[in-house]
Amino acid sequence: MSPTRRALLATGAAFAWARPAPARAAAKVVVIGGGFGGATAARALHSGGLDVTLVEVNSTYVSCPFSNEVIAGLQPMAAQRFGYEGLARAGIRLVHAAAIGIDADARRVTLSDGTALAYDRLVLSPGIDLRFDAIPGYDAAAAERMPHAWKAGEQTLLLARQLAAMPEGGTVVLAVPGNPYRCPPGPYERASLIAHVLKTTKPRAKLILLDAKDTFSKQRLFQSAWKALYPTQLEYVPLAEGGQVSAVDTDAMIVRTDFSDYKADVACIIPPQRAGRIAAVAGVADRSGWCPIDPMTFESRLVPGIHVIGDAAIAGAMPKSAFSANAQAKVCADAVIDLLAGRAPGTPKLINTCYSLVAPGYGISIAGVYHPAGGVLADVEGAGGISPVDAPMALREQEALYAADWYRTITRQVFG
Amino acid sequence: MRLAVVSAWLLAGPVGLALATERPPPGASSCAGCHVEGAAMGAIDGRPAAEIAAALAEYRSGVRPASVMSRIAKGFSEEESRAIAAYLSRQRPPGPEPSQERP
Repeated sequence: MSPTRRALLATGAAFAWARPAPARAAAKVVVIGGGFGGATAARALHSGGLDVTLVEVNSTYVSCPFSNEVIAGLQPMAAQRFGYEGLARAGIRLVHAAAIGIDADARRVTLSDGTALAYDRLVLSPGIDLRFDAIPGYDAAAAERMPHAWKAGEQTLLLARQLAAMPEGGTVVLAVPGNPYRCPPGPYERASLIAHVLKTTKPRAKLILLDAKDTFSKQRLFQSAWKALYPTQLEYVPLAEGGQVSAVDTDAMIVRTDFSDYKADVACIIPPQRAGRIAAVAGVADRSGWCPIDPMTFESRLVPGIHVIGDAAIAGAMPKSAFSANAQAKVCADAVIDLLAGRAPGTPKLINTCYSLVAPGYGISIAGVYHPAGGVLADVEGAGGISPVDAPMALREQEALYAADWYRTITRQVFG
Repeated sequence: MRLAVVSAWLLAGPVGLALATERPPPGASSCAGCHVEGAAMGAIDGRPAAEIAAALAEYRSGVRPASVMSRIAKGFSEEESRAIAAYLSRQRPPGPEPSQERP
């Protein structure tokens, strides 16, 4: 028996039941980004006895999951906002500043308030940045006229206001990027719920969905629901039929493709994306703009000592979702704890489940199980898939209920 | 620096106590994404291992109707499912404090 263990056993069972107290010199982990990934990682690392600092520039988090419901007027914006008091109560040190520099050799993060944080390991969960250089005419200023609403907040409210104010008979244009991007089924849920709003409040209006690809997540489920629910409201234009946006003109409110100009009363442009900026600053993003990682530990393939989780990571078959970020954060935290203790991390398995609403009370889902294989996170064969295409309405109602309950439970777990 | 971490592992591992830091077997940490108290999906922490393992086996074989669990359970072998069930059975069952942090 090691001297350590003998000494600990001698201190008695009362100590054994307690959460492990951080030792005087507990290893330091800095987590950058307080979304579903980073906040979960901070909790798990703190539970593991490490000295954790969570760096998040905002004092309130605005959740993207269920923000499509806000756009459609089905959920109040207040239900999207979460403070960090719960994490502070759990004993996690929070720093509300922006990380502006990372010195991977010195293992130090520089913050916008002029201070610096030393780390033994760094976890980045920076989410996404929108690429305002990808579509001619679509920059940050254009997004004030044609919102992306792909980072929840003012953009979400702007799009909701524009839709509510749109005249009957108007046209909504919704543009979807190619892969990869945050929340693969999200644009199609948005299209569905906007079509629902049009059907119920402006039945002569329509939505044109311009897609830069030909196949998408839960496609058969979405398209069969659209046919049944929104035959006149929703027109889908895939890549093969000229769906890729080539430019926008915000003054004329025109969305251009190589084939047609679409005049919009309301235009929502979801542009291509990349990992949040700090990833590039840290040197963990590759030429694709995303971050290659070791699927066992989420440690960067490019810079040792830095782990990347959530939307910013290249997680193989795992989609960029809040559920994925939460699951990855726990696996990453276990690996960080192991690596700091000099142990080899175990081989993980991860799960993702994503619900989408195609109408109130009509939910559909996709699920997957993933494991490291061939250097990436690959699908476990035979598992996962989408809801049955020919299911009774009772299952759709049940999945809508599960969607709402998932949102309630995950946000309570992460921020509560 | 490593003492606290190593001691947490020793206490959770060989002694077999259900500490918050007990290392979950592969896949188990994803379960809490849905299965907590108050959710329609139902809380599973602290439920009997045999019950959880039986449910997973039935989801896997398709005997038990499900929305997503039939799709998820197929990603785990019998042995992996039993390890997950045993781990979850040792977790603190739902209490008045929703936070999972403090025993």
